[in-house]
Amino acid sequence: MIGMGLMRGLAVTMKTAIRGPVTVQYPDRRVGLLGAAREADLSFFRFLVRRPKDAVKAVAGFATVEAKIVQGTRFRGQDFNWYEERCTGCASCAKFCPLGIIKIETSPSGKLQQEGEVFNIDVFDIDIGRCMFCGICVEVCPYDALHMGSGFERGQYERKNLVITVEELKAKKKTPSTWFRPQQEAAGYNPHSGEDRPWTEAGRHEQPGDKKLTERWVDER
Amino acid sequence: MTLNSESVIVNVGPQHPSTHGVMRLRVAFDGELVTDAEMVIGYLHRGSEKLAEERTFTQVVTLTDRMDYVASMTNNQAYILAVEKLAGIEPTPRGVWLRMISAELQRIVSHLVAVGFLLQDLGAMGTPLMYTMREREDVLDLFELLCGARITNSYHRPSGVFQDAPDEFWPRLELFMANMPGRIDEYEQLISGNEIILSRMRGVGVIQPDMMINASITGPMLRAGGVDWDLRHRQPYEYYDRVQFDRPIMDESDNYSRYLVRVYEMRESLKILRQCIDQIEPGPARDADVPFVIRPPEGDAYVPIEGPKGELGFYLVSDGGISPYRCKVRPPSLINLTLLREMVIGLPMAAMIVTFGTVDINMGEVDR
Repeated sequence: MIGMGLMRGLAVTMKTAIRGPVTVQYPDRRVGLLGAAREADLSFFRFLVRRPKDAVKAVAGFATVEAKIVQGTRFRGQDFNWYEERCTGCASCAKFCPLGIIKIETSPSGKLQQEGEVFNIDVFDIDIGRCMFCGICVEVCPYDALHMGSGFERGQYERKNLVITVEELKAKKKTPSTWFRPQQEAAGYNPHSGEDRPWTEAGRHEQPGDKKLTERWVDER
Repeated sequence: MTLNSESVIVNVGPQHPSTHGVMRLRVAFDGELVTDAEMVIGYLHRGSEKLAEERTFTQVVTLTDRMDYVASMTNNQAYILAVEKLAGIEPTPRGVWLRMISAELQRIVSHLVAVGFLLQDLGAMGTPLMYTMREREDVLDLFELLCGARITNSYHRPSGVFQDAPDEFWPRLELFMANMPGRIDEYEQLISGNEIILSRMRGVGVIQPDMMINASITGPMLRAGGVDWDLRHRQPYEYYDRVQFDRPIMDESDNYSRYLVRVYEMRESLKILRQCIDQIEPGPARDADVPFVIRPPEGDAYVPIEGPKGELGFYLVSDGGISPYRCKVRPPSLINLTLLREMVIGLPMAAMIVTFGTVDINMGEVDR
């Protein structure tokens, strides 16, 4: 019968209309009166009595809560994490970056010379305005010093602000992504928990200059 | 009484939502009927093949993501298979299974986008596209768990994949597999029996199978014309010889059968996924002895795979160095477009847009 196909299609639309939404109202979603009371951890009547101002706000539709986006721990985010204690200044990341956006300048430090020397890092600029977040710099880092970040909210008004400098990298709270870092995954680390990851726990093996590493290298020679 | 009419030349695109990217169609109309059509391409040319010549073999993986950006995983897979053939690298079994799982998920995504935007072209603004995008989002979330990116995956590496799937990936995949058949039923209920869609798509944009074979058209478009040609079945690569699946073949070769083939292929992909999950074996996902910088011996290799849009092949020439001497892509989108003129002549404007949509092209791949 002509028209049945249309009706069956409309049935799907109706079914979807009564299903819950699948979209996330990023960055914050409105909560009604009940939701605001739940957020405040109060029962509905107590919320009305104790915080009448907030209740009026909630009824008017201005009460919002942050909408969290659930991300994988391997998410390759924008804010790179770099551990100066692990970095030797070998510049593997700069060498293997397909776009050549990592700029490193080093000076000799005289530390650990027989192992290939740990250099002082004077400049470590990552121009994330041109970065494509392939993560190859992280993959080739032999000392697990460079990690991808876990965030994505780094909008800037000017291009020059998109360059991550060495000071910024040093000062940053370390929430490294577990991309190409299976040891972090095995330890159950979740960068979205906001926990600061110390450099001693971030690496896959000994840190450069580790006593064990020195011994092993001497033995092999 | 007849009206004298002059033919009018209309430029569709390059910035037009129905051209699926930046493509220009110069169409000559007589009244409402198309008398001639010419496609002007190259607006999205980024020189990926040339850029590949100055990158190492592993770095080129990031370029292949950006060719067909709705099916990055299959692009990675085709490229990596070519590198493995060139360098004689043996992949690890778990890596191969993971590659197949990601490629089949990507095939579902690509067909979802094709079906959703086809309906958008038909004028069903929003609704069906939102339904298909909802499921695409589930798969992209799975990709994010796998490799940390949603579109530009760069997941595959010579000798396997860069990292094994995390533990939370498998229950999420099971959930998706449980939901998806019902969702495909919904699309079919919404679209397949709809009288408007039937009257606008049946018998429209017909192309003869021998013409398609002569023009080397592949993929769902060819199978909708009754030709049983699927590289997963004809020349099994990876472990496709260890899984059983049906190949949906239609005979009408019109827009409607091209749409149906894609819907049926989604179900077959789910079947393949189920067998991959059952057969996947523990072990390393990647051979640790394969270095980051590969130096294949001198020679060349061409590996075609069955991409979501057709035969996707990479031809690589090595001069023994760390980067390909020449990299040539056989893009299914570009070659499937070659018969567009023959398909749309005589159709009205609205049907031309739909026909263009059922070819399922991606401009990133056409222009590279």
